[in-house]
Amino acid sequence: MLANYGFKDGTGEFFITIDSGKCNACGDCVPACPEGVLAVGEDVNDPMRDEQVAFVVERQRRKIKFTCNVCKPSSGYDIAGLPCVKACPTSAIVHSW
Amino acid sequence: MITAGIDAGAKTIKAVILRDGELVGRSMVPAGFDTREAAERAYNQALADSGLAREEVKALIATGAGRKEISFASDTVTEVGADARGVAGLFPSARTVIDVGAEEGRAIRMDESGKVLDFAVNEKCAAGAGAFTEAMARALEVPLEELGEFSLKSTKAVPMNAQCTVFAESEVVTLVHAKTPKADIARAVHDAIADRVTSTVRRVGITEDVALIGGLARNVGFVRSLEEDLKLKLLIPSDPEFTGAFGAALIALDTKRV
Amino acid sequence: MAEEFWRWTESRWTSPEVDWKDAKIITAGVDVGSVSSQAVVMCDGELYCYASMRTGSDSPDSSRNVMNWALQETGLELAKIKYVIGTGYGRVNVPFASRAITEIACHARGANFMYGNSVRTVLDMGGQDCKAIRCDDKGKVVQFLMNDKCAAGTGRGMEVFADLLNVPINKIGELSLDVPEEPPPVSSTCVVFAKSEASALLRQGWPKNKVVAAYCSAMANRVVTLLERIGVEKDFAITGGIAKNIGIVKRIADKLGIKPLKCDIDTQIAGAIGGALFGKALIEKGKA
Repeated sequence: MLANYGFKDGTGEFFITIDSGKCNACGDCVPACPEGVLAVGEDVNDPMRDEQVAFVVERQRRKIKFTCNVCKPSSGYDIAGLPCVKACPTSAIVHSW
Repeated sequence: MITAGIDAGAKTIKAVILRDGELVGRSMVPAGFDTREAAERAYNQALADSGLAREEVKALIATGAGRKEISFASDTVTEVGADARGVAGLFPSARTVIDVGAEEGRAIRMDESGKVLDFAVNEKCAAGAGAFTEAMARALEVPLEELGEFSLKSTKAVPMNAQCTVFAESEVVTLVHAKTPKADIARAVHDAIADRVTSTVRRVGITEDVALIGGLARNVGFVRSLEEDLKLKLLIPSDPEFTGAFGAALIALDTKRV
Repeated sequence: MAEEFWRWTESRWTSPEVDWKDAKIITAGVDVGSVSSQAVVMCDGELYCYASMRTGSDSPDSSRNVMNWALQETGLELAKIKYVIGTGYGRVNVPFASRAITEIACHARGANFMYGNSVRTVLDMGGQDCKAIRCDDKGKVVQFLMNDKCAAGTGRGMEVFADLLNVPINKIGELSLDVPEEPPPVSSTCVVFAKSEASALLRQGWPKNKVVAAYCSAMANRVVTLLERIGVEKDFAITGGIAKNIGIVKRIADKLGIKPLKCDIDTQIAGAIGGALFGKALIEKGKA
C-alpha cells in the first residue's frame, strides 16, 4: 500500500509517501528524523495485516510542509539526501516536494 | 533628490516620499477593488504630506502584489527586493528579514549590503499571514487591533490543532464554549502563526540580526510568540508596514545615483 | 446561527428481506463524522438496517444516538451484536465499539460492497476532509491520500460558501449547473481567499448561480488533482455527502472523463458498512 501522508493547500502539495509493501518496520527512519515525524506501529489502514509499518504521526500530518523545513533549506537540499529517505534500507519513503 | 515608493499590498497601499533617502511624506490607504485608483490616492496624500509637487519626484518605484497595475510608476521591484533594501536602510546590522503582511509572509536572508542571498515565501494560504489573526479576532469577538495586547494577559498555553484558518475558526469557537479564557486562546492563535513563520525562516537560515516588518509586526502578541520561538530579540521599525514602500523609494534613489 | 440550512437530511432504513433472528454473525459499523454519523448493522454480511443523523457536540452520545435509532423497532438489541467497529473522525469515541478502524480502510471496503468489486478508485469528500483511495477487487486499500489539513475541497469549504451566498447546501449542486456557460473557476484555493474573491464577484454583479458554479468548478479541479496524484483507475465511485452534490459530481466526471458508478444505497453510509464488514472478517479470521 502506498500511504500518502500530508496535504495540498493553496501553497502546494506536501506528501510523504510510505510504501507498506517495501517497509520492513525496522524503525531506522524514526530516530533519523530530527523532528519526530515518523513512527512504527500497527497498520491502521489495513486491519487484516499482521506486520507493523512506518507511518507519519497524526499530529504532524497537517504541518509537514513546515516541520520538514528543518531538512529543506530553500536552496541547496536534495530529496535523496533527506535523513529519513537515506535511513530507509528498503527505499520505502518518498517526499513529494 | 526626491524619490518615491509605492507598495500595493493585498489589503492596503502604502506610499512614501524621500528626500535624499530621508522620509518626508507617507500615506496608507485601503486597497479596495481598484488598485490603480487607490495607489493614486495614496501617492497624492503622501505628496501632500511632504509638501512636494509630483513634478519634483525624480523616480517612483512600485512594489507589492498589485505593483503591475501602477502604470504611473517608472519601474517595479519584487517585494523581496524592496523589503531587503528597506531593512538595510533602517537596520544596517540586519541579515534576516521577516515580512508578515495581510495575505502573505516571507523570509529573506541578505548580506551586509542588503543584497538578497536567499528567500522563502508563504503565500496563497491564509494560515501563514495576517488574514489568520483577522479571522481569529472575529471568532473571539475581540477587535483585531487589540488582539495582540489582549493575548499578553494569557497565563496558560493551550494548544491549537487546526492548521487551516477555516478549521481554526471552529476550534476557537469550541474553546470559547469550553470556557477557555479568551486571552489564552488569543495567545494560542499567535503561537500558531509564529510557529509557521519560524519554520519558513528556518528555510533561509536564521542569521542575526533579525528584523520583522509588515503589518503583523504591530501585533505585540505575535512579536512575543515569534521572539520566544526564535529565541532572539527582533528589530522592528516604528512603522513596520511602510518598509516595503521605503525600500522601493531607496531603490529609486540608488538607480538615479548610478 | 439563525437557520441551519446547510445540513443533509437524516434518515433510517430497515431491509424488508433480512431478519436478524436468522443470522449467525451480526456486526455493526458506526461512523462518527464531523458533520454526520451513521450506524449500520449487517447480518452475515448483508445489509440489515442503518441510520444517518447529524453529529452532536459529544461523540460518544452521537454514536449511541445513531446506533439506537438504527435499531429502533427492529427488536434487535445492541448486546446481540457480536462485534462493533468504530470509524470516522470520532472513531475512538464510540464507547460500545470493540475496535476502531480508519475511515480509509472502511470506505474502500464499503465501496466494494456498495458498488461491486470492480471499484478501483474511491473518492470520499467528508465534512472536514477529502480522501482519495485506490483499492483492489477485495476492497483492500492499495494507495490512499487524505487531506484534512485544509478546508478547500471539503464539506466545510462548501458550507462557508453556502453561508456566504445564503443558499441551502442541498441546493448548491443544482444551482451551480443552472448557468448558460461554465464561468472560469475561482482562482484562490484557500477558502478564506476564495470567499473574498466570491464577495468581489457578487459586488461586480455576478448572479449567485454563476458564483456557485465558479466555486464548484474550482473545488472539482482541486479534487481532480488529488485523484491524479494517486492515479484514477476505473471503476470509480464517490462516497460521502458530496456524492449528493450533482454540481461537484458532474464537474469531476467531466474533468476526469470518467463517470462515477451509481448506487441505490445512501452514499454516506459507506464507511459504516465497511466497518461492519471488517467486524465479520475479523471474527472469521479469529482476530476479533
